[in-house]
Amino acid sequence: MTQTRPSLTRSPRARARRRGAMVVAALTLPALAACGGGGSGAAEPAELDPEADLSSQSLVVSNWADYMPENLAETFKADVGPSMTVTNHATNEEIVAKLTAGSNAGVDVAFVSGQFAQALAEQGLLEPIHDDLVPNLDQLSPEATQLAYDEGNEYSVPYTWGTTGICYRSDLVDPAPTSWDDILEPAPEHAGKVTMLGTERWLMLPAQKALGFSANTQDEAEMQQVKDKLVAAKDSLLAYDDTTFYERLISGEAVMTEAWDGWCNYGTAENPDIKFVVPSEGSDLWADTMVVLKSSENKEAAHAFVNYVLEPENHAWAVENILYNVPNAAAMDQVPAEMIEQFDTLQVTPEQLMEGESLVDLGEAAPLYTQMATEITASS
Amino acid sequence: MSAVAPEPANTAPAPEPAQTSRAKSGPGWLWAPMALAALFLYLPIAVLVVMSFNASSSPFSWGGASLRWYGELVNDAKILDSLRNTLVVAVVATAIATVLGTTLAVGLARYTRSTALAAFSTAPAILPDLVLGIGLLVLFSLLSVSLGLVPVTVAHSVFGMAFVTAIVRARLNQVDPSLEEASRDLGAGAVSTFFRVTVPGIAPAILAGALLTFTLSIDEFVIAFFTNGPDTPTLPITIYSMVRFGVTPEINALATVLLLVSLVVVLAVARIARRTSPQEPR
Amino acid sequence: MAPRTARRTGGAATRGPRGERLALLAPGLLYLALFVGVPVLLVLATTVLRRGRFGGLVFEPTLDNFSRALQPVYVGVLLDSLVIAGLATLLAALIGYPVAHGIARLPQRWRTTALILVVLPFWTNFLIRTYAWIVLLNSQGLVNDALVGIGLLDSPLTLLYTPGAVVVGLFYAYLPLMVLPVYASVVRLDPELPEAAANLGAGRVRTFFDVTLPLTLPGLLTGVIFVFVPSLGNFVVPELLGGGKTVMVGNLVRDQFLKARDWPFGSVLAGAVIVLLVVLFALQAAAARRVSTTGRA
Repeated sequence: MTQTRPSLTRSPRARARRRGAMVVAALTLPALAACGGGGSGAAEPAELDPEADLSSQSLVVSNWADYMPENLAETFKADVGPSMTVTNHATNEEIVAKLTAGSNAGVDVAFVSGQFAQALAEQGLLEPIHDDLVPNLDQLSPEATQLAYDEGNEYSVPYTWGTTGICYRSDLVDPAPTSWDDILEPAPEHAGKVTMLGTERWLMLPAQKALGFSANTQDEAEMQQVKDKLVAAKDSLLAYDDTTFYERLISGEAVMTEAWDGWCNYGTAENPDIKFVVPSEGSDLWADTMVVLKSSENKEAAHAFVNYVLEPENHAWAVENILYNVPNAAAMDQVPAEMIEQFDTLQVTPEQLMEGESLVDLGEAAPLYTQMATEITASS
Repeated sequence: MSAVAPEPANTAPAPEPAQTSRAKSGPGWLWAPMALAALFLYLPIAVLVVMSFNASSSPFSWGGASLRWYGELVNDAKILDSLRNTLVVAVVATAIATVLGTTLAVGLARYTRSTALAAFSTAPAILPDLVLGIGLLVLFSLLSVSLGLVPVTVAHSVFGMAFVTAIVRARLNQVDPSLEEASRDLGAGAVSTFFRVTVPGIAPAILAGALLTFTLSIDEFVIAFFTNGPDTPTLPITIYSMVRFGVTPEINALATVLLLVSLVVVLAVARIARRTSPQEPR
Repeated sequence: MAPRTARRTGGAATRGPRGERLALLAPGLLYLALFVGVPVLLVLATTVLRRGRFGGLVFEPTLDNFSRALQPVYVGVLLDSLVIAGLATLLAALIGYPVAHGIARLPQRWRTTALILVVLPFWTNFLIRTYAWIVLLNSQGLVNDALVGIGLLDSPLTLLYTPGAVVVGLFYAYLPLMVLPVYASVVRLDPELPEAAANLGAGRVRTFFDVTLPLTLPGLLTGVIFVFVPSLGNFVVPELLGGGKTVMVGNLVRDQFLKARDWPFGSVLAGAVIVLLVVLFALQAAAARRVSTTGRA
């Protein structure tokens, strides 16, 4: 991995693929943990031996494809000792289903989005993070310990985080968008050149925020208003697009798109006129995390792995290759200055990110969201 | 492609009717819809082939001729891996489908008159692929079999088997069973009669069924989409994610290669078929 | 199920036809039962269960999934799917039927070539063929360029990401499946029949509707089924060419199984597809029977 130039132009697509899988997966799906009241299902922390012989342990790590360095298993073995196998999951739902299936899935460490980590913890499936075995936790931004799905990072360690906004062509959209209404009710000249994310939670987000509701609202009347607004917005929409909106911006087929921050950067990399803005009404805050499974028989090595990922040079990989923010100041410092310069979203501070509303699990309201999403996308 | 898709392929080689008077009269005004259909069928393909030589990475502008995307294609580990997965699945599924389908066809044609069983044997070919896909997903999940190439292979062998059975059974109905009876009367055992008399008589049908299974398996997407795991994508699944995640010119190169391969295969099969059907006076 | 008893039947069949029958039939039938029969039964059984918290199944019988499926939104999607698949089938019939006739009238040696040309696109990957339409219909794509170029349009038209694009995509994908069965029925047609009709003074139109069409109807109906069935359950074409704005029942089933992990509800929706298809098959069988009886009359 060259450190100087983010090999951006090389294959934004490979990165895109990874995020696509994850996001699509991640939030789409409902019904995980009823929020609140959580945590109590967790069992006592295991007795772990800080002096354990790590090289005798071996790990299975499940992650989204291309979401960490390809050679991480090799460098981890060389640097720390344990041998490690990587398996991929395509979605949060998939890995959660596998981990909750009853039998031991054989996975030691899994990468899942925050609200899914919360759900797994409530099921008592996660080993509490033993802070003493993960000294690099000190590297995390203080804000990263206040994320709603797991305050204090008891069961999960955040890997990446970010928000959602409007990715647009600054040379074609003037004045620049400032409000979610700019894509929900675009000016006539932009009608038909706007895309929105189709994945449930983000499908709702612009209307929820534009109407002044919570991104986690479970109020049926509010959701009815959200739905009406989104059905009306469909007329001026080019497409629902979770994966290629930045390419549409590059080609000019679209001029404004609802976008995850990191993904907008794939467009910016090709055309500096592509910019990202978080609308004034506010947005969300998402996080992808690492969790250690209670069923793991290699918990010392699992913690060593989490700690290894947090090493600034390893953690910086995610920024340089996926163009996401990581909640690790030392890692962000490793990123070449000109890269930070190039991408607005990488200049965002943790305090600014915390302005986003943390998405929590919908619990009983999950089917409501699914149904409304169907009603919106199927309306004509 | 749906599981029902292939059926007509059986009907395709069938036409050898006598010259009709209409044939002499030619298609007449029917040239119009034929030309329209030809344009419609081949315009998209022509665009893909031309664009596969486009140096530009935008599919909407011409940047000069280049073999760039073919180079990227042969070096794309993801595509090569999934091609290997696809071939493994197709070979194993074809083997299973051919053996089980042939024995079942012989059993149905020679040992039972049950139409219900015969109908059941064609079920996987008629069932929508979507239904078979989710059904197998539920089954393998309940059995705690992790999704991956094994479930995909099983799924492909199941619908391939339906086609092998149908084709071989149709052939058996044309073959006179008295040869087999004669063999038995002369003291040959069931097994040796099966291999020495029955099988040679239906060999072309077995081969046709196997080929069909192989081709269908290679192109099958929907069932694999439901029963495969993330670590072992087959080629159609890789293509799906390429298409979903953006406009990659590499796809054009891949499409051209696939088209060329199928063209060669079709021509070869047609030639072999012509050579092995001596009754055709030509 | 007692192969041994076969021996008692004695005579020439020492090894027992029963034993042979079992050896030939059992493996294949068991395989089919396990991997086709059981999965279909599981899907049906799943319709009355509840979804687990993380997906999976909870074994508590319920009819909620059915009442949910009857909500207007889902019924609407089913109807939309029927209309879209129906239009694609209609287009395929309108083009495929005359094309099949045209091919049948080609000189013998050109027929095979023509048939290969019809089938060849079918052997290129389905997803790639669909992708080609994205390139063609895009606002900067060839079709728009051509229309603007020849002055028919001032500015590009929105062709992609419309229900129309979905219909075209399905029509394109399955057109060969219409041509082949119709062709098979056309070449089987006794050429003397239309000639006889003509000799008896029937006009060309009358000959077609009274003789040719009824006799090729079974092939046409087969084609209709071949096109309609995969169109109805398709979720790739609506996704790629519909821009997520057109939802078909296949998309719902896919999402329920892989995203919402609500297997019971997804099974109900898939069950609706099966029911629709069974009705369709029944109609086709009835129509074919009528044709064959009237044909004999």
